[in-house]
Amino acid sequence: MTTAKYLVRRFTFLVLVVWSAATINFFLPRMSGRDPVRARLAAQAMKGVSIGKGIDKIVETYDKKFGLDVPLTQQYINYLGDLTRFDLGPSFSRYPMTVSQLIGATLPWTLGLLLTSTVFSFVFGSIFGALVAWPSTPDWVRSISPMFFAFSAIPYYLLGLFLLYFFAYTLKWFPGAGGYQLGTIPEPSLEFAIDVLKHSLLPAFSIILSSLGFWAIGMRGTMIMVEGLDYMTLAEAKGLKGRTILWKYGLRNALLPQITSFALSLGFVVSGAVLVEIVFAYPGIGLLLFNSIKQTDFPVIQGIVLTLIGAIATATLIIDVGLPFLDPRISRGDN
Amino acid sequence: MDDVKSGEVIEEPATARPRLTVREEIVGYMQRNPTLPWGLWILVGLLLFSLFARLYVEDVEHYRPLSAGAFLSPSGEYPLGTDSHGRDLLAVNGLGVLNTLMLGLLAGLIGVGVATVLAFMAAYYGGWLDAVVRLVVDVGLTIPSLLIMVLIAIAVQGIDLWMMALVISSTSWLWPTRTIRSQVLTLKERAYVEVARLSGMRGIEIILKELVPNLLPFIIASLVTTTASAILASIGLEALGLGPPDDPTLGMTIHRVITYGGVIMGSWWWWLAPTILITLVFIALYLINLGTDELANPTLRRTA
Repeated sequence: MTTAKYLVRRFTFLVLVVWSAATINFFLPRMSGRDPVRARLAAQAMKGVSIGKGIDKIVETYDKKFGLDVPLTQQYINYLGDLTRFDLGPSFSRYPMTVSQLIGATLPWTLGLLLTSTVFSFVFGSIFGALVAWPSTPDWVRSISPMFFAFSAIPYYLLGLFLLYFFAYTLKWFPGAGGYQLGTIPEPSLEFAIDVLKHSLLPAFSIILSSLGFWAIGMRGTMIMVEGLDYMTLAEAKGLKGRTILWKYGLRNALLPQITSFALSLGFVVSGAVLVEIVFAYPGIGLLLFNSIKQTDFPVIQGIVLTLIGAIATATLIIDVGLPFLDPRISRGDN
Repeated sequence: MDDVKSGEVIEEPATARPRLTVREEIVGYMQRNPTLPWGLWILVGLLLFSLFARLYVEDVEHYRPLSAGAFLSPSGEYPLGTDSHGRDLLAVNGLGVLNTLMLGLLAGLIGVGVATVLAFMAAYYGGWLDAVVRLVVDVGLTIPSLLIMVLIAIAVQGIDLWMMALVISSTSWLWPTRTIRSQVLTLKERAYVEVARLSGMRGIEIILKELVPNLLPFIIASLVTTTASAILASIGLEALGLGPPDDPTLGMTIHRVITYGGVIMGSWWWWLAPTILITLVFIALYLINLGTDELANPTLRRTA
């Protein structure tokens, strides 16, 4: 199979994934007989909110958009067409904001938190795992390893509850909620940046603590395998320094399977981060999802789910396509 | 068939082993895999806790709001305290641990049941059926299951424990289908299956009489992992606020802690008990999973 053919096949798969998610998104609410507009109206009425002009306009917009006068197949085609333009419709609870605007405002927070903490735990977890497997590592490094392995058994958000209690409530070292101090206006100043950093440290720390062990376990396994390979023996026979062998011969080669397992666990990482944001009321996409569920804001919920699925599928595609460039041993099945 | 890959079920040589009674077999297995009894003991401990809670609280219905004062710290009357709405947290956690385990087991059973049927049909008959099953599984496993479940859960009206188990089963069959299918593929090339086919057995007979009994240990082992991930999924969904509002579960307790700021108000008893219980559930299932590895893959059997 040629590279071009491979790329086409992988891209088709990506489209298939997003299309399936969109189709579930479209048909499920219609099959359940639960009218999202009406559910939202009922929820509002129960809270004693007077149903004003805004809601009428939403109903009108939705009637026009999913209008009963148009047959279901036509509705479906229109829906898919809107999706290709990232038009996810207006939000119920924050009308006239659109779903895309809301997601656009929260996505940078999530990306910032997730990228930094994942890169951090990937790098340090991998180095830690390699050290645990390396024979001449000092014993104290190995003696703290069970702690990290144990942390990896606890879901991110439960660890987050512990951290929140000790560092925000008892010790008061860190703020307990939000992405920045209430009352401040986001601006590109040093003060604001420090404030954001302070607010992100606890959520980031709970992701790092519980995923460090995951990367370490994987790395330890591959490192042990790599240590048994002939070129390691040769490197030793050549009289290379232990440090050179560890970093240049062992670690670099053992790192590649880690990237594959990173691609496989991407979905898990994202859903974990979504829940961490809720615990710390961190203003990312996870908190938006939580609040939208509370407010039965269906368009936003569905928009978030679709966005995340699209993002994960795309990231997996990029890693899959990029991996053979990093590691020539992986072929795409060229024969 | 000479090189045996890990994860592949191989047959035991028929000659070398002395015949053991079922009891000796089980005791021997437990001794070779000590993590299995450890995990089971923790599960027994959790059930005992649930039983204790049931006997200690005067009325089981105290898991409901307004059963006691709000935000009471642990005392003789309420050993685990009460929450923001005056639920007796001993009653909540006692029932919660039971409900969470049942929910996971139910979703695990449905998931593995569906997976077994699909995997056998797909792998044995092959053709378009196999292609469709493979494609659906590949697509489904690319999407984080929590997100699919969110879509399904918001479409369901008035969620209860049973509905919750069904929602989780909607994705819990994907992974076991993939693994069981690949096991069937390796098994169906074995000589004894060929012999059965040549002796005139029909497809369904071969599946039921030859393949299923041989894969039963593997299926049981995947039930453990599927149950564990079903529980993880249920707690995630509940934390998001998509759980059964009227049934006490561990995840719903976490959800209320988050919604009503239980941590930041200093009510440590509110979140500590469910967190410890959830962690114990995962540790128990993890140990059982380690302990059933040999069932799934007898090559791991130590010769000690």
